[in-house]
Amino acid sequence: MKYELVAGFETHVELSTKTKIFCGCTTQFGGEPNTHCCPICIGLPGTLPKLNRQVVRYAVMAGLATNCTIPETAKMDRKNYCYPDLPKAYQISQYDMPLCVGGYVQLSNGRRIRLTRIHIEEDAGKLIHRHGDTLVDYNRGGVPLIEIVSEPDIRSIEEAREYVEKLQLIMRYIGVSDCKMQEGSMRCDVNISVREVGSDKLGTRTEIKNMNSIAFIAKAMEYEFERQVDILENGGQVVQETLRYDDVTNTTSSMRGKEDANDYRYFRDPDLVTINVSREEVEELRGLLPELPTQKAERYVNELGLSETDAALLTKYRRIAEYYEAACEGTKNPKTAANFIISQIFRRLDTESDKEDFNIKVTADALNELIKLLDDGKIRMNLAKSTLDKMLDTGKRATELISESDMGGLDDAALLALCEQAIASNGNAVNDYKNGKEKAIKSLIGFVMKNSRGKADAAAAETKIKELIG
Amino acid sequence: MSERGNIKKVSELLRGRQISCEELTKSYIDEIEKSNGELNAYVKITPESALETARAVDKKIADGEELSPLEGIPMTLKDNISTDGIETTCCSKILKGYVPVYDATVWDILKKQNAVLLGKTNMDEFAMGSSCETSCFGGAKNPHNIEHVAGGSSGGVASAVGGNIAVYGLGSDTGGSIRQPASFCGIVGLKPTYGAVSRYGLIAYASSFDQIGPITTSVEDAAIVFDAISEYDERDSTSRGKNGTPSATTLKNSIKGMRIGIAKEYIDGVRDDVREAVLGASKVYESLGAEIVYFDLPVLKYSLPVYYILACAEASSNLGRYDGIRYGYKAEHYDDVNDMIKKTRSEGFGDEVKRRILLGTYVLSSGYYDAYYKKAQNLRGTIVNAFKDAFTKCDVILAPTVPMTAFKNGNAISDPVETYLTDICTVPVNICGLPAVSVPCGFNANGMPIGMQLIGNTFAEATILNAAYQYETAVPEAFKSSDFGIKL
Repeated sequence: MKYELVAGFETHVELSTKTKIFCGCTTQFGGEPNTHCCPICIGLPGTLPKLNRQVVRYAVMAGLATNCTIPETAKMDRKNYCYPDLPKAYQISQYDMPLCVGGYVQLSNGRRIRLTRIHIEEDAGKLIHRHGDTLVDYNRGGVPLIEIVSEPDIRSIEEAREYVEKLQLIMRYIGVSDCKMQEGSMRCDVNISVREVGSDKLGTRTEIKNMNSIAFIAKAMEYEFERQVDILENGGQVVQETLRYDDVTNTTSSMRGKEDANDYRYFRDPDLVTINVSREEVEELRGLLPELPTQKAERYVNELGLSETDAALLTKYRRIAEYYEAACEGTKNPKTAANFIISQIFRRLDTESDKEDFNIKVTADALNELIKLLDDGKIRMNLAKSTLDKMLDTGKRATELISESDMGGLDDAALLALCEQAIASNGNAVNDYKNGKEKAIKSLIGFVMKNSRGKADAAAAETKIKELIG
Repeated sequence: MSERGNIKKVSELLRGRQISCEELTKSYIDEIEKSNGELNAYVKITPESALETARAVDKKIADGEELSPLEGIPMTLKDNISTDGIETTCCSKILKGYVPVYDATVWDILKKQNAVLLGKTNMDEFAMGSSCETSCFGGAKNPHNIEHVAGGSSGGVASAVGGNIAVYGLGSDTGGSIRQPASFCGIVGLKPTYGAVSRYGLIAYASSFDQIGPITTSVEDAAIVFDAISEYDERDSTSRGKNGTPSATTLKNSIKGMRIGIAKEYIDGVRDDVREAVLGASKVYESLGAEIVYFDLPVLKYSLPVYYILACAEASSNLGRYDGIRYGYKAEHYDDVNDMIKKTRSEGFGDEVKRRILLGTYVLSSGYYDAYYKKAQNLRGTIVNAFKDAFTKCDVILAPTVPMTAFKNGNAISDPVETYLTDICTVPVNICGLPAVSVPCGFNANGMPIGMQLIGNTFAEATILNAAYQYETAVPEAFKSSDFGIKL
């Protein structure tokens, strides 16, 4: 029997508004416990929430960027449950009238992962267990979240990985979240079931809660898929339950049974009024959306002639794509800037967050200037590469690092003179070459390049040397 | 002639320098110390800050500065209105020791006008009750006869104002909690339009019903206080603020031609003495040139279930936060955090609050939501529309405030459901978010005050206060003071 995996995601993304969803406190990550708090976000008696409109705007942008429809009205509901990190004993969320409905995320294999909805809600605080005590930090309480709910359209771990990466990419691009999984600003609940290939019925699903790394999501899904297949193959039945993934043992285990399933007693929050989203505002927000990564990558391939791999690398972070486009501006070949960035600049950016921050000493304009010197034949590639390294080290511009005399290529006479010099002072290499050691010529070319300070054209030098040796 | 105090009179005495604000405040504090043992109106007295404010007012007067209308007037707040630095308990054991770190918007407004806060007043626990007896401090007594309750839930404010140990007070009205005790104590209580007064800082019972309003000895006072506290507040999303001209400026307008509606369903089933008093008032209105219009309002019969389902549902959620973790009462002995929360709530809440939390939790539970909460929500819309329709036929609806006069002490809590039924006349106004003012309209054979309410369309406070003022002018004996307290 062959089984296929069926998965749907509930993805929580923290919005990067300056202030919280219902009060004026900062949303900054970290901070001494309970210092980013006020009477409203710790739910003191008598306080009332006031919806931060920027949260609505960011959520609508997230919806538009994932092809959702934006209803004209939405409302806020209370999700009632009792837990010490939730100071009001209810979370203000959206139940049956969310801000965004019915979108999709397009995968590279052509499949669309449909989105049921995107809604806004407040985050809870954090429990800290220490020396047998439990402490509560409400700094995170009231930080705005969107929950992106997908249909069970994901069919493989590769698709799951791509789906999460795509969401991350889109949200970062449109600037509504930094989606830092390690800081918890993006977290996924994975609903997973299995069924026989060819069947169109959904199996019983389990839900793996609070995954905060793509690698763990893949591992957990793999484990859970096999666990469920094992159960079915042994004639058993999968129990619908909520699971926790343990990254040390790479296993899932039950968080709570069905008998104490929560009844959240949703009802409309009477403290908050209906949210109206005018069509004008939707269009205004649509106008604020940048070109999205997929569109950009397509354009890089079709119009700029980049490879798909390079296009994907350059569009993964909005800052890099913007940098690339500015560096390319008015140069002869768009691939030149791409190569500089992917080979030389990326080498200096070790982690994904380094790439996201993209803190380098060379401005796009400075790189553009360097490429133009190359385009104009004033410098050769080797010099350009070494200059770029110096620029990255010092933050100086190419024109400061390359002297006037180094600009411009070598004329034929100078090249001839250098080639003759190379032959005269490298007798061994000349002999080797004559004896059939093709590679020996490299050291002769190297001599020419070195002594011309990179200005010589390596190919021309090779031809000339071959000519001279005869 | 010595009469009970009211804002206008006290204000004149202060401005005329016939009494200093400090002397005045002192006399109220002394009187509280004397009478509160019997009335149990105050649960906290704040003499130091009151005298400090009074001295600041005296200085202003000495400096010849302009005073705002409520400046220097000794007053009180119901104990569910948050006061920065002053314990605010909702008269619940679970909030004992809780000291707010911010001011409710209404108190913020009044504080800026140098209102002299004498203390916080008694109430039914979390405003749940009709007799003030669910208070963890015991009930406030009726100044007309202390064998009777002051009413609820704002019983303490009504007892203090009716007992002349505060010039005025602010209460809150979720299902009648301003009007009912005002009616029982023979004074004036205004429940404003939902949204006219900010709820920020009012400790919530049922958020879509709660509204803060004044309890006063005269209609004019109610208008003055309402005009002062009705302000748009950006901290309360449901706040809409003032609408139209100040209601105090139109009190003296003639009500000739005003259409006063009487719905049969409000009159049927109330006690004879109450019915007679209310119908007697309608005769007074006729003599003042108003036109009396009779109609049916059959949806009134849904009001009680709709109110108790929705209000309890909201309460069950609003009161979830009292878990002993951050403030207020915390159980002493427990095994773990869940046990701590359970014990804190079991020990901290009184029976009536528990009853309503359970009821509210039940009607919101999956499987019951449609049958109760949703149905009640739909019916709420039906009732709103029926009142809209009624206001095409009349300008003001005249009705009894309570079907009877003040209960004897202990009677209300012995039969909770029977007591719920006594809210029949007050809850429709809260369901619809309408304004209504309760004014005295006579006394029964035992000398207990009877109240009637004038209900207006949304933001028609000026209209109902105008009608109330005209009645007060025509029948001043209905407003006769109790024997308690300060006379000026």
